[in-house]
Amino acid sequence: MEKELRLMKGNEAVAEAAIRAGADGYFGYPITPQSEILEYLMVAKPYETTGMVVLQAESEVAAINMVYGGAGCGKKVMTSSSSPGISLKQEGITYIAGAELPCLIVNVVRGGPGLGTIQPAQSDYFQATKGGGHGDYHLIVLAPASVQEMADFVGLSFDLAFKYRNPVMMLSDGAIGQMMEKVWLSPQKERSKTVPEWATTGKPPTRERNIITSLDLDPNAQERFNQKLIDKYNLIKEKEVRYEEFQCDDAEYLFVAYGTSARVCQKAVQLCRADGIKVGLLRPITLFPFPSKRINELADKMKLILSIEMSAGQMVEDVMLSVNGKVPVYHFGRMGGIVTAPDEVVEFLKSKIIGG
Amino acid sequence: MTEEIIIAGFGGQGVLSMGKIMAYSAMMQDMEVSWMPSYGPEMRGGTANVIVIISSDRISSPIVRNFDTAIILNQQSLDKFENAVKPGGVLIYDGNGITRHPERKDITIYRVDAAEEAGKMNSPKTFNMIVLGGFLKVKPLIKLENVIKGLKKSLPERYHNLIPMNEKALERGREIIKKV
Repeated sequence: MEKELRLMKGNEAVAEAAIRAGADGYFGYPITPQSEILEYLMVAKPYETTGMVVLQAESEVAAINMVYGGAGCGKKVMTSSSSPGISLKQEGITYIAGAELPCLIVNVVRGGPGLGTIQPAQSDYFQATKGGGHGDYHLIVLAPASVQEMADFVGLSFDLAFKYRNPVMMLSDGAIGQMMEKVWLSPQKERSKTVPEWATTGKPPTRERNIITSLDLDPNAQERFNQKLIDKYNLIKEKEVRYEEFQCDDAEYLFVAYGTSARVCQKAVQLCRADGIKVGLLRPITLFPFPSKRINELADKMKLILSIEMSAGQMVEDVMLSVNGKVPVYHFGRMGGIVTAPDEVVEFLKSKIIGG
Repeated sequence: MTEEIIIAGFGGQGVLSMGKIMAYSAMMQDMEVSWMPSYGPEMRGGTANVIVIISSDRISSPIVRNFDTAIILNQQSLDKFENAVKPGGVLIYDGNGITRHPERKDITIYRVDAAEEAGKMNSPKTFNMIVLGGFLKVKPLIKLENVIKGLKKSLPERYHNLIPMNEKALERGREIIKKV
């Protein structure tokens, strides 16, 4: 079947892509700027067509625990929220990571801390990539930069989640969630009729019972489990790094930016090059695993590197670790729900070139 | 070709839907499009604006601060966006309720009195299509037939009987827009 062209909001694309990816269930609670995901699903009524469950829970905490339950049964399940709601879900997320269950969590980020603002931001980078809840764990984190990727990454997220038995987060923001662009939608995939062998679906006489838990009171056993998780994360770091480069071949300066900021920086690259400044852009597509190796290689031929994000400077720490002191690394970006403008990025770069 | 447009006015004037129809119809012509609305407190408090970008190439930033064309539908928006038009760019405005008219000399200014015209046509809801007609006269980026397709796509089916009226409004906009 052919792909279908639509003009959609990023949030709507997530919802439609979830139905088409053959998701078994969505559990959510409304919050701006991501409410269109739940709204779209409620209008689309996939429970009447594919059989996908759509449920508005009584709270974010309830929604993530419904995801925990669904995932434990081996189902393709997801939730979505925006920053304050994602904070509420953290207990459930660390349990899901500890129980090694697959699921998709979509965060359409807004400015914080606290209730903050409803406008776009990228200030949840630490929370998404460094754990978020308690304990040593990582989510696989994908950063869509277009409405097309909001759709494409839903299926990819489920594939990665099941491949590694690990929760996956799509870290988007209010701008990508709210804007409309062209999107090519994949054909409808059938919902899976089988579940993985680890799923808790009732014990038949033919096998031992499956146990899903994140609790082990024996420190030695728990440490062995921690080591197993580290091995898994190392495998993910080796196999799943994704990024995109723009005009890096002859570049003397490098922008590193993801999501909305990467779009802004593409424009900034064009503006700089029109002024004769050779700039390139590396856009991490996976934030965990982070494209550290590639950034380290690129640093060899750069005079300086700018990390651009709509935060007080979070990803810049990973950029610095990647560069490991080879060249100066700076952070620039607006906060509080203001999207950095391309010309601001250009001005900042110029000030650093002149200022040294 | 890249055209960066801002449409700004009051909520309820059809600012967002005008942008949506533009984006739909440009998409019908195989162009790349982005539609980035203001959302949240601004929208709830009265003013609404949307950035529409139409391009033959992949669109980089969907959010920009300077525009090739500004379509301005109230005084607050004129005050806010007159200086955001690129030198040599275009500003289109509706004179209704405007007390301080645009003053820049380095851009081309057009006036389309769509509110007054919609009143005369006895169909206030076609206001935004009169404005869009005017815009397309100045910047013929999209074919009329594709605008009609865009209208069909973005209007719920129960309103499809209003399409001939909107076609008329688009035509009227082309006729009444004038250079200032």
